[in-house]
Amino acid sequence: MSDTDITVPEHIPELKHHFDDSSQQLDSSTLGMWVFLLTEIMFFGGMFGAYTIYRNLYPAAFESASRFMSVPLGGTNTAVLILSSLTMAIAVRSAKIGSKKLLIMFLIFTLVLGLTFLGIKYVEYHEKWVDHHIPGPGFRYDEPQYFHQAQILFFLYFAMTGMHAIHMIVGVGLLTTLIVMASRNRFGSEWNTPVDMIGLYWHFVDIIWIFLFPLLYLIRK
Amino acid sequence: MTTHITPVKNYVFVFLGLIALTVTTIEVASFDLGVFNFVVAITIAIIKASLVVWFFMHLNQSTSLTRLFAAAGLFWLAILLFFTLSDYLSRTWLPGSRWP
Repeated sequence: MSDTDITVPEHIPELKHHFDDSSQQLDSSTLGMWVFLLTEIMFFGGMFGAYTIYRNLYPAAFESASRFMSVPLGGTNTAVLILSSLTMAIAVRSAKIGSKKLLIMFLIFTLVLGLTFLGIKYVEYHEKWVDHHIPGPGFRYDEPQYFHQAQILFFLYFAMTGMHAIHMIVGVGLLTTLIVMASRNRFGSEWNTPVDMIGLYWHFVDIIWIFLFPLLYLIRK
Repeated sequence: MTTHITPVKNYVFVFLGLIALTVTTIEVASFDLGVFNFVVAITIAIIKASLVVWFFMHLNQSTSLTRLFAAAGLFWLAILLFFTLSDYLSRTWLPGSRWP
């Protein structure tokens, strides 16, 4: 019996020997990524829990402080992030059909939209800084009866959107890595797991914002 | 699991749906519906998140095990919020409560 009789189903170098085939490897990667995202749900869940408690305790102060959240800026950022999720989904699809050109193009679109989001976020934070709406010794508020309670909403605002922004910055770094890898021909239609997994991460960060926007900006207008 | 290629058209429809829901949630917030402002806002957010999870994150093509894990995440989050609220919401039910 010669060596050529042995059938090896796949030869792609990225297939690790402890997996049966590529689809089993992809299923494992996907499951692992979801487990990571579950830890992220619980991580953000703690902050959403804190928000729930304090909004329930001080509803009037939360309505009052929510006036200072800019709906045009927040709404624009929501649209920007949803659009970036669309471009990311198309980037993952481009990787699966093996189009390097489309993959790089849509990864760059996603990256630019992510940076746009962070730019608008900077404008909002700067607005808060100028208006003395950052909790702490420099805090000022036009309704003195809510002076302390309003700071809780602003604190939650900075904690939650700040943690979300850190995730966006990490996402921007990951996208940059993907663009470099794609330009070095690392991905093809048979193996593109990193694009797929970072896509999941990007969509997850989008979902966090989908909840932050109505909870922080739209309490009562 | 074979790799399934979704047409771009489907992704664009999901995107348009998400934008429409965003506009709706902003418009609804300008009406005073009392407690229903919160209910409507959170319902729309859950619908939007479901669209993203199901279509963009490909849970519609995932293995049952992955779907089970995603559901487990929601279940644990529900435990966190449910037991927190069952404490804070019921504190004023008994007479003599000093909690606001």
